[in-house]
Amino acid sequence: MQEIKSYSEILSELYVILSPYNTKKRTLDEETELVADIGLDSLQVMQILLEVEDRFDISIPLNIIPDVRTVKDFASQLERLIAKS
Amino acid sequence: MSLFDKFRNLAKAREALLESGCDPFSVVLDEVLSSTEGIIGGRRTILAGTNNYLGLTFHQDCIDAAGVALAKEGTGTTGSRMANGTFSGHVALEREIAEFYQVRSSIVFSTGYLANLGMLSTLAGSDDVILLDADCHASIYDGCRMGDAEVIRFRHNNSSDLEKRMRRLGDRATRTIILVEGIYSMLGDRAPLKEIAEIKKKYNAFLVVDEAHSLGVLGQNGRGLAEEAGVEDSVDLIVGTFSKSLGATGGFCVSNHRELDMIRFASRPYIFTASPSPSVIASTRAALQILKTQPALRKKLWKNVEHLYKRLQRAGFKVGPEPSPVVATLLDTKEEGIRLWKELMDNGVYVNLVLPPAAPGEACLLRCSVSAGHSEEQIESICLAFESFK
Repeated sequence: MQEIKSYSEILSELYVILSPYNTKKRTLDEETELVADIGLDSLQVMQILLEVEDRFDISIPLNIIPDVRTVKDFASQLERLIAKS
Repeated sequence: MSLFDKFRNLAKAREALLESGCDPFSVVLDEVLSSTEGIIGGRRTILAGTNNYLGLTFHQDCIDAAGVALAKEGTGTTGSRMANGTFSGHVALEREIAEFYQVRSSIVFSTGYLANLGMLSTLAGSDDVILLDADCHASIYDGCRMGDAEVIRFRHNNSSDLEKRMRRLGDRATRTIILVEGIYSMLGDRAPLKEIAEIKKKYNAFLVVDEAHSLGVLGQNGRGLAEEAGVEDSVDLIVGTFSKSLGATGGFCVSNHRELDMIRFASRPYIFTASPSPSVIASTRAALQILKTQPALRKKLWKNVEHLYKRLQRAGFKVGPEPSPVVATLLDTKEEGIRLWKELMDNGVYVNLVLPPAAPGEACLLRCSVSAGHSEEQIESICLAFESFK
């Protein structure tokens, strides 16, 4: 598996993972809100967590969810978790 | 913006359901005729969604014991276990459960939900990790959320995914609680507990099994999946409920760890709630005796399970992964699920309708719970009601 560490690389990967869920075809950027803009439901959030965990080879604690509202929040949390792993 | 705006989507979903001509989440049993039959909407209905696995809710011994306790000790304890709410029956039940599981001690809680809340929120601290199966019950998720531990999910019944996550934890693996269920409440499948116990041992972790749906159902003595899988020595703590096989309400946990008793003094869901009523404790104690001494009930239950599971499978329904007292039928769409549920009700059969997100994945499922109390004729009627669905 490719080692991805920089914030911008994490962000690019995140856009790829989120893309199939972006059925409203919103332009994704760091300020995009995962629920309000993309319209993710709780099941989709759980599915995305699994995909992201596999992609970055990390485990994501559910505890981070309340702190994640935007793509930027998500990428920042991932950056922290990857650095810790 | 009103406080109630947040419920708008829920209200819309409920309205849509009502427009489809049924109200599966507000069913009222006008009369309860037996452990397996009631009157719903004026119709005699077979109850096939009540988790009453051994059919003990109307057992004469349980009713008699509850009646005696009611007359002798009153209707309620009016207090917490920590204050005035511990009667001799509560202590006796704790002793009897511990003896049944052949462990050092047990704690009785007011409900199964509270048992998970009470144990998980207290046991795991801020330096600890909880690794739980993704399909665990809401009470387990809520118990985790109430505590301070880091909470990580692993893929349902996937031991290699669990091990991968244990590996990632490195030194923290020894401060990790692995959490699984004996039988999962929605699909009725068992945890691969032998493999999970091996992983627990390899990483020197802590293993908790919720036997809510497997107590009285699995194992030679009815102790659940840990007994059936032969790994009771590897399980640190078992959580369970009295509201299924034992036909009452309440919850418990058992353990060989000396420290279990200390949880009482730290667990808010144990301390700050009223204890179970004396009649509930008395009927639970009677039911536990029946569970221990009448293995024929378990045999009858499994006979009924095999009958229903095979018939539904043969009729072309997509059923849960293995026969168990929870027989789940998976439907591709919500509409199809609602239609089948309604038809079953019209044919005098009550089962549980489960819609996402309560159902795993996108599927909708109809969940039958089979009972030892079901007669052959009742199981046959349930099969026929399903088979008549077009």
